[in-house]
Amino acid sequence: MCGIIGFIDRTKSRMDGSSIKAALSLMNERGSGDGAGYAAYGIYPDYADYYALHVFFDNMAESKTKVDELLQQWGKIVHQEEIPTTPQPGIKKVHTPWRYFFKPSEDLMAGRMASENDVVTYIVMEVNANVKGATIFSSGKNMGVFKASGWPEDVANFYMIENYKGYIWLAHNRYPTNSPGWWGGAHPFNLLNWSVVHNGEITSYGTNQRYVEGYGYKCTALTDTEVVAYLFDLLGRQHELSHEMVVRALAPPFWDDIDRMPAKEANLNKAIRLTYGSALMNGPFAIVVGTDDGIVGFTDRIKLRPS
Amino acid sequence: MTLGSVPPKFKVSIDRDQCMDCGRCIENCSYGVYRREGDKILIESRKCTACLRCVAMCPRDAITLTEKPVDYRSHPVWTREVREDIINQARSGKIILSGMGNARDLPIIYDRLLLDACQVTNPSIDPLREPMELRTYIGKKPSRLKFRKTESGDVELETKLAPNLKLDTPIMIGHMSFGAISLNSQLSMAKAAAERGTYMGTGEGGLHKALYPYQDHMIVQVASGRFGVNIDYLERGAAIEIKIGQGAKPGIGGHLPGEKVNEEVSRTRMIPLGSDAISPAPHHDIYSIEDLVQLIRSLKEATEWRKPVFVKIAAVHNVSSIAAGIARSSADAVVIDGFRGGTGAAPKVFRDHVGIPIEAAISSVDQKLRDQGVRNEISIIASGGIRSSADLAKSIALGADAVYIGTAALVSLGCRVCGNCYRNLCPWGIATQRPDLVSRLDPEQGAVQVSNLIKGWTLELSELMGAAGINSIESLRGNRDRLRGYMLDEGMLEILDVLPAGA
Amino acid sequence: MLGQRFIGDGLRGNARIIINGVPGGDLGMFMSGPTCIIHGNAEHAPGNTMDSGMLVIHGSAGDAVAHSMRGGTVFVKNNIGYRGGIHMKQYEVEARPILVVGGTAHSFLGEYMAGGLVLVLGIGKEKAMTDRGIGSGIHGGEIIVRGEVDDYLLGVGAKKFKFTENDLERIAPIIKNFCEQFGYDPAEFLDTNYTRIGPASSRPFASKYVWE
Ligand code: SF4
Ligand code: SF4
Repeated sequence: MCGIIGFIDRTKSRMDGSSIKAALSLMNERGSGDGAGYAAYGIYPDYADYYALHVFFDNMAESKTKVDELLQQWGKIVHQEEIPTTPQPGIKKVHTPWRYFFKPSEDLMAGRMASENDVVTYIVMEVNANVKGATIFSSGKNMGVFKASGWPEDVANFYMIENYKGYIWLAHNRYPTNSPGWWGGAHPFNLLNWSVVHNGEITSYGTNQRYVEGYGYKCTALTDTEVVAYLFDLLGRQHELSHEMVVRALAPPFWDDIDRMPAKEANLNKAIRLTYGSALMNGPFAIVVGTDDGIVGFTDRIKLRPS
Repeated sequence: MTLGSVPPKFKVSIDRDQCMDCGRCIENCSYGVYRREGDKILIESRKCTACLRCVAMCPRDAITLTEKPVDYRSHPVWTREVREDIINQARSGKIILSGMGNARDLPIIYDRLLLDACQVTNPSIDPLREPMELRTYIGKKPSRLKFRKTESGDVELETKLAPNLKLDTPIMIGHMSFGAISLNSQLSMAKAAAERGTYMGTGEGGLHKALYPYQDHMIVQVASGRFGVNIDYLERGAAIEIKIGQGAKPGIGGHLPGEKVNEEVSRTRMIPLGSDAISPAPHHDIYSIEDLVQLIRSLKEATEWRKPVFVKIAAVHNVSSIAAGIARSSADAVVIDGFRGGTGAAPKVFRDHVGIPIEAAISSVDQKLRDQGVRNEISIIASGGIRSSADLAKSIALGADAVYIGTAALVSLGCRVCGNCYRNLCPWGIATQRPDLVSRLDPEQGAVQVSNLIKGWTLELSELMGAAGINSIESLRGNRDRLRGYMLDEGMLEILDVLPAGA
Repeated sequence: MLGQRFIGDGLRGNARIIINGVPGGDLGMFMSGPTCIIHGNAEHAPGNTMDSGMLVIHGSAGDAVAHSMRGGTVFVKNNIGYRGGIHMKQYEVEARPILVVGGTAHSFLGEYMAGGLVLVLGIGKEKAMTDRGIGSGIHGGEIIVRGEVDDYLLGVGAKKFKFTENDLERIAPIIKNFCEQFGYDPAEFLDTNYTRIGPASSRPFASKYVWE
C-alpha cells in the first residue's frame, strides 16, 4: 500500500514544496519508511530549454566519467552540480544525487534520431541498462524528481524541497512489495516530462514490459511502475495519442460495454483494444501521471484499488 | 521367413466368469480381434491396437488388456522399438509410417513451466463475480492508431482495421481433413465451434456441403494438393489458411491412401475415386518467400481482401525468421505447429526426429517479431501437443494469441490415441470412411462432447487468470513474468525468457 | 500492360478479357468461367488452380503453368517453363483440365499429375520434349507428346502407352480448337504420331512405405 498526492495550480503560478511535504507526512501510515519522492514542474525556469537530468551516482569516478562522456557525445552539458541535500538521521546517503542541464546537439539528431526527445530517451535507457553505478531518474525539462529511501518528511528535508517552486507537485509514499528499497525504486518514476506515481501492483507487467521493450525502452528499475512512464511516452509522445486516448488504451472499457456503444464509438474502442492490447494494464492500481501541462489520474478497470 | 514374428503388443483377455456372452466386443472391434466359434468367443490379441472400443462397450467390465505381455530383454539403448523397427525394415526395405504425434519420451516443456497466482499484495479476481475477458481477435492489428479532429471538434479514428476473426475463447480446432477423418467428426467439431464462438479448420480436403451451415466458423485450408480449392470454397470460409508444413512431418508432403477416397471424399476433394490424394512437399507455386507473398495476395485478391489469410508452418530450427518473413507479407496470422503435432500418418523418422517443441517456437517467434517491430502485423496461433487448459494458458503467456487443438478434440470424440488412423478402421468412427463405423459417431452427441471440452478449458483458463489477478486475456499474452521454469536448463530458460522457480 | 498480377483472380461468369502485353503472375488464378486472350507472353503460373474458362496465350509462359488446374483450358502458342501442368487434377467428366503447348516444355512436365490432359505439339522443334522428369509422380490423367519420347525423360511412376486411333479421336477436337486460335492448319497434326504417357499406378507411392 502506498500514498499518492498530486497538486496543480491551474494558473501555473508556482508554490513551494512545503505544503506537499506536510500533506504527504500525514499519510505515513500507508508507507513503511522505505521510500518517498516528489516530482515538481516549473522548478528550473533559468534552464527551461534544457533537459534536467537527475542522476544517482554510486561512485563519482568511473560511473560519472562514463555518463559525462555519453552526454558529451550526444550534446552539450550547459551546467552540472550535485543536487543540494542536508543530512537526515533517517536517511543513509547511499548515492550521490547529481543534476545536469543538457541539450542534444542538432547535427547528431539529424543522423540517427528523429528528435531531441529520442536522444534523451536513448541516453536514459543506455545509462540505466549499461552504466554500472549510475541511474538517471529524472529527464524532463524545467522539472525534476527528488526521491530516496526514508520517510516522506525526511526525504523532503533531505532535498530541502521547500526551496523549489513548482506549479505541479506529485508525491508518493511507498510500501514496497515487489522491489528492493533502493532509491531508484522509489516513486515518482520519470522519463522526459512524464512522471508516474502508482499505488498497487500491475499483474500485466510482463506483457507491458515485453511491449515497450520492443520499442527500445529498457525496464531496469526492478519495479512495475517504470513501465507506465514508458507506456505514456510511447503512446502519448511517439504515437501522439491524447492523454485521454492513452488512458483509454491502458484501462479500456470492457468488451460488453463496447458492444453496447454506438457503431462509431464502438469501432474506435475496438481499434484501441486491438492495437494496444499489450499496453492494457491489469491488476489493482491507482495511477497519477504528471506532465508539463497537467495531471492525469486513473484506476484499474474494476477499482480494485481506491484512489 | 527367417525373422519370425515379433511379440504381440497387447494381450486381451476376457474374464469368463463375468462375461455374459452378449457379443458386443465382436461387433465393436473393427480390427477383428474377436470372433465366435461355437459358443466360445476367441481372441486374437495380435490384431489389437488398444483402441479400447471393446472395453468401453463391454457391459460387464470383463475385458482386460495388458501392454507388452511378452517383452524383450530390457536394454537402455536397444529398446523394443528400435529392435522392432530394424526387424520391420529388414523385412520390407521401406520407410516406416506411423500414426498420431511424436511418441518419444522427451521432456515436455509445458510440464516444466509453472503458472503464478496472487497472494496478499494484490487481490485475485473471482471470475464468477468479476468480468473475465477472453475475447481474442486473430488478424493484423495496426501498430499505432491515428486520429483526426472533425470539423465539429470530435475525435475520429483515421486508421482502418484489417479484417480479424473474433473468438470468444482462444481455443480453435485445428485442421483435420475430410478424408483423414469422417464427416461426422467434422460435423461434431463444426457445431461445437459455432456454439463456443470459435473456429475450426477444414484441413486440406475441401468443404463438404453438410458443413456449409457452419462455414462462418470454418477456416478453409489451401495446401499443396489444392484439393477442393476453388473460388466458391475460398468465399465460404471465414478465413483462409495456407498450409506450408505440419509439425508431425515438416518438410514432406502427405498422402491420403486410396482406400479412404470414397465417393463423398472424392467429390469434396474434387479428385478421382480411389486414387491416392497426394500433397507434394512444397506448393509448386511457392519456391521462396516471394512466391508465398504472391499466393497470399492472390488469395486476398480473389476474396476482395475481406478475409484473413493464415500461413501454417512447422516449427523448425529457424522458425522465427520464417515467421518474421511471413509477418512482412499480407498474411494475418502465422500458425506454428510444434513437433508433437498429431497426424493420420507420417514417416516415423520425421514424426520423432524433425522439428522443435512448440513452447520454444512460440517463444522465439514472439521475440523475433517484437525485435523487428512487427508483432502487431500478425497473430500467432500455436498448435501441436496442446493437451489441457494449462498448456493453453502457458502458450498464451509465452506469447501466442490462440491455440489450435487437434488430438484433444478427437479424444473428446472418443479417440483413444491408438495410432492406427491410416487403416480406415477407426472403431470410434473418427479416422475412417467406412459407413458402418462412421455411423457410430453421432454428430449431435459429438458436438456436445467437443463443446464441453472447450467450455471446461475456457472456465479453467478464466480461473487461472483470475488467480493471477488478470481479467483480460491481453494481459496474459506474452506475460512471461507470470511463468517460472522448473527443471529446465539455463539455455532453455533463456530461450523461453522465463525465470527459474524461486526467482 | 506489363506485369499486372492476379488478372482474373477468382473471377466468375463468362466475361472476355483481352490483354495486350505481358500480364504478371497467377493470371486467371481460381478463375471460373471467363476467357482471357493474351497477346504476349505470360509470367509464372497462369491458370493456377483454375476451375473453368480459357486462357489463350499468344506467346510463351513461365513456370508452373496450369498448376493444380481442375478444369478449363490453357493454350500456349510457344513454350512453357518448368513444372507445367503440375498437379493438374480431374473430378468427374465435366471438370477435365486441358493444357496445350504449341512448342516445348521444360523439366517436370505434369509432375504429380492427378487428372486432365497435357498436350505438347513441338511445333518447329525436332523433338517435342527434350527435358527430363516427365510425369514424375503422375497418378492420374495423361500427357500426350507429338512424336517419340526417349525413355530416360520419363519421371518416376510414369509409363508410356500406345497412342491409338481412338486416342486421336478423343483429342482431335482439342487440336482443332488450338489450331483455330493460332491460325494453324490442323491437318498436319491429325495422325497417330504421338506418345501417350500415363501413371504406372494410381497409387505411385504405396510401395515406398511400411506401417509401424
Ligand atoms: S462385450 Fe464383454 S460381456 Fe459382451 S461378450 Fe464381449 S467380453 Fe463378454
Ligand atoms: S482416431 Fe486414430 S488414434 Fe484415435 S481411436 Fe481412431 S484410429 Fe485410433
